[in-house]
Amino acid sequence: MRKSFYVIFALVFFLAAPSLHAQKIGPEPAVRDLILATTTSTVDSGLLDLLHPVFEKKTGYRVKTISVGTGQALAMGEKGEADVLLTHAPASEKKLVDAGTVINYRRVMFNDFVLVGPPKDPAGIKGKPSPEALKTIAAKGSVFISRGDDSGTHKKELSVWKKAEVTPAGSKWYLESGQGMGATLRMASEKEAYTLTDRGTYLAQRANLNLDILSEGDRELLNIYHVMQVNHEKFNKVNAAGAKAYVEFMVAPEVQKMIGEFGKEKFGQSLFFPDAGKE
Amino acid sequence: MDVILDGIIEAVRLLISLDREVLQITLLTLQVSGIATLISVLIGIPMGTVLALTGFMGRGFLVSLVNFGMGLPPVVVGLATWLCLTRYGPLGMLGLLYSPAAMIIAQAVIASPIVAGFSMAAIQSVNPKLRLQILSLGATQFQFLFLIIWEARLGILAAVIAGFGGVISEVGASMMVGGNVRGYTRVLTTATVLEVSKGSFEMATALSIILLLLSFSIMASLSYLQQRGRRP
Repeated sequence: MRKSFYVIFALVFFLAAPSLHAQKIGPEPAVRDLILATTTSTVDSGLLDLLHPVFEKKTGYRVKTISVGTGQALAMGEKGEADVLLTHAPASEKKLVDAGTVINYRRVMFNDFVLVGPPKDPAGIKGKPSPEALKTIAAKGSVFISRGDDSGTHKKELSVWKKAEVTPAGSKWYLESGQGMGATLRMASEKEAYTLTDRGTYLAQRANLNLDILSEGDRELLNIYHVMQVNHEKFNKVNAAGAKAYVEFMVAPEVQKMIGEFGKEKFGQSLFFPDAGKE
Repeated sequence: MDVILDGIIEAVRLLISLDREVLQITLLTLQVSGIATLISVLIGIPMGTVLALTGFMGRGFLVSLVNFGMGLPPVVVGLATWLCLTRYGPLGMLGLLYSPAAMIIAQAVIASPIVAGFSMAAIQSVNPKLRLQILSLGATQFQFLFLIIWEARLGILAAVIAGFGGVISEVGASMMVGGNVRGYTRVLTTATVLEVSKGSFEMATALSIILLLLSFSIMASLSYLQQRGRRP
């Protein structure tokens, strides 16, 4: 009886003990937490794991990275539930900029989307421009896996289907995974299907995949990332100073250089190309 | 097969080298689920006791509610907690979203009905004649409750085990309200999901193995507490 009392006492003491994460470095801003809503590709590729420790050390903010699809990230911005956004769907972002929901809208980097599929390419799309490639996939009825999650990649995919004048939804060969890019790529690899992916995630995961790049390079497939602050005049709870610091950080020359270098060592090429300042 | 083997090797390596990040994730997992279980014990055992020992209007309905709550889908609890804690939600002024506290709240909501339901069953299965006997020996109300709960301790420990098992293995709610923030709200289950989406299956397997080891050692100590001195 007495023994178990001690055990419980020790347990409570341990649980109440301050946790390991209470380490502080750098300056101490007024509001420490900064919520970044971003797309899965920046997290799954490992880019933000490289940049955030630098930012946190320099400014003292703690970045809470919420990795969701671009659609959800923008929705969080629209409700004032995030402080800063890093997304890749310029057409959807423009609506938020025009409505004054986000400010300080800055271009950060780009890469491109590529159409990938099984190396033996059953539909024969290799080398075709993207709308035509999709048209061929639809005509042959080869399996195509869509993200189906309102992410930036999904939005881009839908716009290419539109260009190809095909309505894929509901077709037997058109599957919607509803998952992140990594999971969707693996699904495509397992099912010998085609899918549209950003080049960064594909390169980062290529070792696990049996997929080749089959269509790339047309203007249609450019993938541009923007960073923006959620407007603190619209949402009083937004950490304006932190969001501003984050935007400035992402477009700073030394960070732009880090973005350009990222992946070169591991994958032999850059995953993202910095292009702050260009519009 | 290689992945599993590499995962086991990676897990052993991480454990031996006491990798700082993995250690922090493991301790946080233990803290969050431990505190959540503690809260659910404080809520669940009194609730189970009241439901087991008293009769009142609406008791039947409450019992169904508790039993229903034992199977609450974590992801629904996560969504509800998320909606309550958002900046402009009803509890937004607390500023708890994406913090360990938010995860504790969600997990406590998941575990409380489990602890309450099992405690109720345990106390109800104490021989009713014993209650009369305790009362006839002149026990005060407090002594009576203490003795009844003591008598049901095996079942109540089972309740705690089930509650803890429910929350330490849960991922949906933790992901939603914790946000899987590195070094802050990343626990073993959410870290595993992230590693899978990154395509690092070895790391994901290693984390899963650490979670299983952690879960087993806790369950083993609780089982020891429950079973000591009892031989069939």
